[in-house]
Amino acid sequence: MRVAYRAELVGNPETGVVHGGVITTLLDSVCGLAVFSSFTQMRPVATLDLRIDYLKPATPGLDIRAEAKLDKMTRTVAFVSGYAYHDDVAKPVARASASFMLDSVGFKPTTSEQSSHSESTTGGATR
Amino acid sequence: MIESLRALKSSGRFTAINSLVPYAQFIGLEVELNATGVISVLRNLRSNIGNTHIPAVHGGVVGAALEHAAIIELCYVLELDSMPRVINVSIDFLRPVLAQDLYLQGEIVRHGRRIANMRTTAWQDDPAKLVATAHANFKLAD
Repeated sequence: MRVAYRAELVGNPETGVVHGGVITTLLDSVCGLAVFSSFTQMRPVATLDLRIDYLKPATPGLDIRAEAKLDKMTRTVAFVSGYAYHDDVAKPVARASASFMLDSVGFKPTTSEQSSHSESTTGGATR
Repeated sequence: MIESLRALKSSGRFTAINSLVPYAQFIGLEVELNATGVISVLRNLRSNIGNTHIPAVHGGVVGAALEHAAIIELCYVLELDSMPRVINVSIDFLRPVLAQDLYLQGEIVRHGRRIANMRTTAWQDDPAKLVATAHANFKLAD
């Protein structure tokens, strides 16, 4: 997965470095994709938690790439790790560690009346 | 930017801080003052939706908002010489973040001269029902 450098993504206008949230979004997406790509049929998935270490500032003007690896999948939870980098994954700008709940039932509000009062505890699924 | 930030603070226009941060504008972050300090608001934008079935806000955008709310709190409470730089962030997703405004409150757990440890909470309709939380470390000075 790759995100191209754009002026709207800047978090620190003094340095031109992208906001940490851009890398968070990229790594959340690629970690989720690592889970989905291991399925033979579609299952609902919700992010339980995501931890990111920003190892060095991203270089302004450069694209950011990310890749992720499914470390372990149980019946209910998938554990994933990932890296964000410019050209060389051996020189990462950030690393991520995430866990995902599988078959997140109770997490499918479908009607427009559904509110956040739902008693679901299955996470902030994002996809 | 710190000069601009100081100008905003001294003229009582702190809530305009996000006008200095392109990404905060891009995802629709705003700042509001209340009785106890500042809170951040992530406006309900179509472009922030990550799950179109529910629909729910993308977890990465929620993470970005949690991180940004911590930065806002630091800028509001402390007199900084430069913008805080994020070292790491750990996000817990507690409930679906639905397609409506999201409120975020940053809290300084501890800060020294160089590092601040922050906790941020996020809710939608009911402040007692958190939808996501984060803890994060920031570098305050080089």
